[in-house]
Amino acid sequence: MSNKESLFSKKNKEILLNPLSKNNPVTVQILGICSALAVTAQLKPAIVMAISVTIVLAFSCVIISMLRNTIPNRIRIIVQLVVIATLVIIVDQLLKAYSYNISKQLSVFVGLIITNCILMGRLEAFALGNKPWQSFLDGVGNGAGYGMILIIVAFFRELFGSGSLFGLRIIPESWYIANGGFYSNNGMMILPPMALIIVGVIIWVQRSKNKDLIEN
Amino acid sequence: MEHLINIFVKSVFLENMIFAYFLGMCSYLAVSKSVKAAMGLGIAVVFVLTVTVPVDYLLDNYILKAGALSWLGDSFQNVDLEFLSFIMFIAVIASITQLVEMVVEKYTPTLYNQLGIYLPLIAVNCAILGGSLFMQQKDFGTLAEATTYGFGSGIGWLLAIVGIAAIREKIQYSKVPAPLRGAGIAFIITGLMGIAFMGFTGIKL
Repeated sequence: MSNKESLFSKKNKEILLNPLSKNNPVTVQILGICSALAVTAQLKPAIVMAISVTIVLAFSCVIISMLRNTIPNRIRIIVQLVVIATLVIIVDQLLKAYSYNISKQLSVFVGLIITNCILMGRLEAFALGNKPWQSFLDGVGNGAGYGMILIIVAFFRELFGSGSLFGLRIIPESWYIANGGFYSNNGMMILPPMALIIVGVIIWVQRSKNKDLIEN
Repeated sequence: MEHLINIFVKSVFLENMIFAYFLGMCSYLAVSKSVKAAMGLGIAVVFVLTVTVPVDYLLDNYILKAGALSWLGDSFQNVDLEFLSFIMFIAVIASITQLVEMVVEKYTPTLYNQLGIYLPLIAVNCAILGGSLFMQQKDFGTLAEATTYGFGSGIGWLLAIVGIAAIREKIQYSKVPAPLRGAGIAFIITGLMGIAFMGFTGIKL
């Protein structure tokens, strides 16, 4: 019998932690952009989305990894889609049942988790060729990396666009021009294009610090 | 007819799949390095959207919606299969994409080679599933409206990807700071194009 690798051996830890920086799904692998931009106008939906994607990703990675030796190659994309779609339906129904308002805010983007490139990307690149526990770690790591970017973008967009965080007022009411002050919300931040520019800046900062990621 | 033109213009400019909803970003960023490839992928997406949105409309109205199955018999009045939408739409999209792939491979093999892996990846392009899900949300009245919406969404996506491919081809010769090269500058340009497209808001036909 081969050596049993410990649950959190060095290699496993790397699988879990790499997507948080060096191999971030959004800024390095350029996956999962669509939802990363669309739901980040406020922190709350961004966090709900990050958790949903992480759950779907982690469990579909495990399931596909367990099935990896039995799926015929010609239909593997269909099998992946079916597994992902089923998990998303479950998450969607849970969201509708327990936090209906957020589910309405996320609208079609919960369904769009099915086509979220991170899922297909990681299933093809990792889960199809690795054991279940490693695939689970990879799924959780990529979900966390994705969530991190979502939270950063949503943080700036909500703070500068609405003056609040999580719905709680951060910038005091008295500062606003309407109330005799000097401050005014940056309306641009709530609009979609700013999300793209913020991600561009995050990429800029990340690649300035980590020169290996620079493209030619 | 005027109503259809309205839907078309709205879906191309005001509710552009890329600039307003960010759908289809992954293949948009990956295939936009050359205008030729971008045009090829764009046309494939237009075709897939124009076919899948009306098919999914029929599926939704005659099988999935609450009470839709009543044409089978009165006892089916209370059946609501809406929760199966995701899986049914994705099945339709996957099959039609497979069909498009076979047609492209047979009739335009150069395009097939250029697009490579991105042709089958149209199946998981969020713009395609997004088109059907938005169509479901918008609750169109007729098949013609749904088809116009699908076609318009595709044209909007095509416009966006060809536009950014053209800009990226030119930017090859500019002095972009090293950390911004490639993905970074593409994001920022797309954001700026999005701001430009916002100029269309409020247009009424």
